[in-house]
Parts: sequence; structure tokens; C-alpha cells
Amino acid sequence: MTSAPAAIGTETLSFDRIGMVFPDGTEAVREVSFGLSRGEFVTVVGPSGCGKSTLLKIASGLLEPTSGRVTVDRDRLGYVFQDATLLPWRTVQGNVELLAELHGIPKAERARLASDAIDLVGLNGFEGHYPKSLSGGMKMRASLARTLTLSPPVFLFDEPFGAVDEITREHLNEETQQLFQREGFAGLFITHSISEAVFMSTRVLVMSARPGRIVAEFEVPFEYPRSPDLRFDPEFARLSGEVSHALRGSH
Amino acid sequence: MSTVDHRVVETDTAPATPPEDRPGSGRRSARRTSRTQSLLATVLPPAFMGVVFVGFWFFVTYVLLDPGRRFLLRPPHEVIRVGFFEWDNFSEILSGLWSSTRVALIGLTISILIGFVLATIMSQAKVAERAIFPFMVTLQAIPILAIVPLISFWWGTGERSRIIVCIIISLFPIIVNTLFGLQSAERGMHDLFTLHHANRLTRLRKLMFPAAMPAIFAGLRISAGLSVIGAIVGDFFFGKGDVGIGQLLRKYANQLQGEELLAAVIMSSALGVTVFLVFGWIQNVAIGKWHDTGGPGT
Repeated sequence: MTSAPAAIGTETLSFDRIGMVFPDGTEAVREVSFGLSRGEFVTVVGPSGCGKSTLLKIASGLLEPTSGRVTVDRDRLGYVFQDATLLPWRTVQGNVELLAELHGIPKAERARLASDAIDLVGLNGFEGHYPKSLSGGMKMRASLARTLTLSPPVFLFDEPFGAVDEITREHLNEETQQLFQREGFAGLFITHSISEAVFMSTRVLVMSARPGRIVAEFEVPFEYPRSPDLRFDPEFARLSGEVSHALRGSH
Repeated sequence: MSTVDHRVVETDTAPATPPEDRPGSGRRSARRTSRTQSLLATVLPPAFMGVVFVGFWFFVTYVLLDPGRRFLLRPPHEVIRVGFFEWDNFSEILSGLWSSTRVALIGLTISILIGFVLATIMSQAKVAERAIFPFMVTLQAIPILAIVPLISFWWGTGERSRIIVCIIISLFPIIVNTLFGLQSAERGMHDLFTLHHANRLTRLRKLMFPAAMPAIFAGLRISAGLSVIGAIVGDFFFGKGDVGIGQLLRKYANQLQGEELLAAVIMSSALGVTVFLVFGWIQNVAIGKWHDTGGPGT
């Protein structure tokens, strides 16, 4: 269904006619097909409760779809949750090491991976802090760092910045975009913020209200790295307007 | 030198009002007063209640009771003199207290082991929870007085029976709190462990047990207090073997030794309070760094 840029090659994640009906009869998504490759950052925007998050749960294997097929390597899947889901009894360092620990990476190696990741998200100096003493934005950074330790080829983001304030959110958007550039993963980002979607993505998919279907698709032409001022660019505004229009039309 | 000064001026936002040192020190002394005030506010009310209590005690002894019936409530200073300063009496109370403490600790330890095992099994399989839980509630619902004759019937009246009373009385809070704690890890965290292929044991060790710690400690503090009560109640009813504080209470009551009786009651309650505080302290050391534990003694 999608035409990935020729240079990048094969898709690392693809949804093929995915449908999901929950046991209580709620139809969350219907006939969703798209794919993404390394070097692509795809955002799905849609009204709340349209089944966006369900897509990520299906991609990661937390949910089995009732129809259709997902193709993805689940060995090292990056998944950033809505909440930071940090373990409160572990320090930042301990939390960031957790995934490497679960994957059986030796102690010295995972300590190195963790400090690299902590550097990347700018949490140096907070290694010994417990989550209870971190702000919402810092918790989210720690959560990002935790996922980064695995250098996942596919990164799933489930509305990760929904709970932080506007300014922190813009910072985190920039940082995520820089990480994407640096690491070159395939990113699938779920949000209901149009500005966030257009700012970070190479492609924006618009999802309808339940049952969720992909109703529109927009290529985002801006070069990386993107400056925060891009948000005031007329072209940015025009594209955001189109996405917004598609979103409203889908209700 | 001047550069240093300059830097100080740059980093400090206050130099616009440098000579006004007074407000700062005023604030500092105000802070000190408020700390003293808050200390007074925590100490004064219970101290006041204590004085009222002792006053009421004197009032009952000397005003309400006929001189001929004062053995019913001896005055505080007599209790302290006879119960605490007469070494024969006090050492008897202390050794009884020690015997009961030992029984309580053994009972509590066994309760913890049984409780952890059962709660862990119940947390792993809903079927096990459905099977075991009703019986735990039933066990908890049996009045201890009703089961004491049965225990002496089966296990005699020695230390073993006292330990069994302790276990029966202290098991339930450990099981309930541990189970509740094991089930308290958030859904998202479980998802995280699922995504990264954690097995049952890893999940239990790295997620469920650490998450359960605050609830486990809440249960431990309740059970520790109950195990002391269990040890004393058991000793009181069985009344054989090593002399514990329960047997002493019974003896003092029978022989109308009012001073010793009250001293023994005070010491039993002090034991309960100590156990509660010790577990609060252990809790604070173990999880205080990451968990905001509230409540007294922390």
C-alpha cells in the first residue's frame, strides 16, 4: 500500500488488513494496512478512543488481532508507553538498565549502555535519583533512555508526551526528532496533537473514529534536523490545516 | 579579587539589597521558632493527655475508691516503686516478657514463611487464590478463645501450642497484604516485562515482589503486634512450661498483686509498641528511599 523510499529498502514493520474486535464486541480497528521502514517516522493521529493505541499493542504482540497479519521482528522492539512506567524502587540508572538486564546482557555492558543512553537524553547527574523525585518530563526522558539501550530497529511511541506540559512537550519533540535522526530507527508514533505529528514525522496517517481506519495520508517534506521555529512556517501551518481538516472530516 | 567579586554579583540575584541582612536573619530565626513550635505541637498534646491520664488515675485511687478497696487500683507511684524498682518483681516481669517475646518471634517468623508461600502461590494462579482464600478468611474469623481448648487438646499446653496461637492470629494480615502487594504492580509494568520476554520467576523477583514491599511491611507491622498478643493470650490460657508474661498476669491477678499486675500490663504494652516501632524502622531502612511511607514511627 505504501511506497517506501527506494534507498531504504524493505519494511521493518507492516500491518496487513488488521482488524480488531474485542470480546465485548467493540470494534477497535478495521482493515488497517500500512508499513514503515528504517529511516521513516510515521505518526498516526486520530480522535481519542479510535484504536490508535490498539495498533501498537497489536504490533508489539501484547494483543492478537482478530484478522489480518503483522510482520515485525519482536526480538528488540522499542515501546514507549503513555506513562513512563519506571520502577519506583530503582534509581534512574537501575531503570535504564532494566531492559538490557531482561535481555541477559552482562552487567558491565549494560552499565555502559545505560550511561550512554542517559547521556543522550540529557539526564546526566540524575543517575542516582529515584523516580519519585523526577518531574514528568524527566521521567519520560528516563523511559526513552531505557528503550534506547536496546538500539531497537523499531520504536513504538504510545502518546508518550500527553501528560507533560506544552513547553516540555516541545522540547521532548525536538529531542525525539534528534534521536530519530541519530539512530535511524523506524518510528511509529501515536498522538492526538497535530502539531506534534507534523513536526516530527516523515509521514502522517489520519485515523477515523471507531472503528479506526486510515482515512488520509500526508507526506511531510521538511528536512531534518527541524528547528523549533518550523512550527511558525506557513508551509507547516498549511500542512497542519490539511491534517486537521482530514481529522474533522473523519468524524 | 575584583573578578571574583564581579562573579559573585553576577550569580547572586540579591545584591540589590546587600545591607539588609536583617530580614534574612529574621527569617532564619522565624524558621527556628517555627521548628520549635512544630516540635511543641507534636510533643505537647500527648504530654497533656498523659498528665490528664495520670491525674485521673490518682483521682480514682484516692477519691473514688474507699480506702479498703484501693487494692483494685494502686496509685501510679506505688506501681512504679513495687513493679519497677523492686528488682525481684521487675526481673520476674522481664524474664516473662522475654519468654513471650521469643514465642512471638518464632510464631511471627513461621507466619511470614507460610504467608509468603501461600500469597505467592495465590498470585500465580487465580484458581489457587479461589481455593485458598475462603479458608484463610474462615481461619481469621474463628475467635481465638474458641480454638484454644482445641489446640491444647491436640498439642498440649506447652510452648508449641503458644506458637500455634501466635501463627493463627498473625497469619491473615501477612497473607492478605502480601497478596494485595503482589497484585499491585501496574498493568503497564507487566506489559513492559511481557514485551521483553521475562519469565515467571524474573517477573516475580524483579517486578511483583519489589512492588509488594510497602504492602508487605504494612502487613508485618500489624502481624508483629498480633503475634505479641497471641503469645500472651496463649501463655495466659495454657499456663504451663516456661513462664511467660501471660502466666504472670494471671498469677498477679489471682494473688491481688495490683502493683505487679499493672507493671506487667504496662510492660506488655511497651513490648507491643517496641515491636511496632522496630518494624517501622526496618521498613524505613528497606524502602524509605523510594517509597513515601506515612504513619507513626516512620
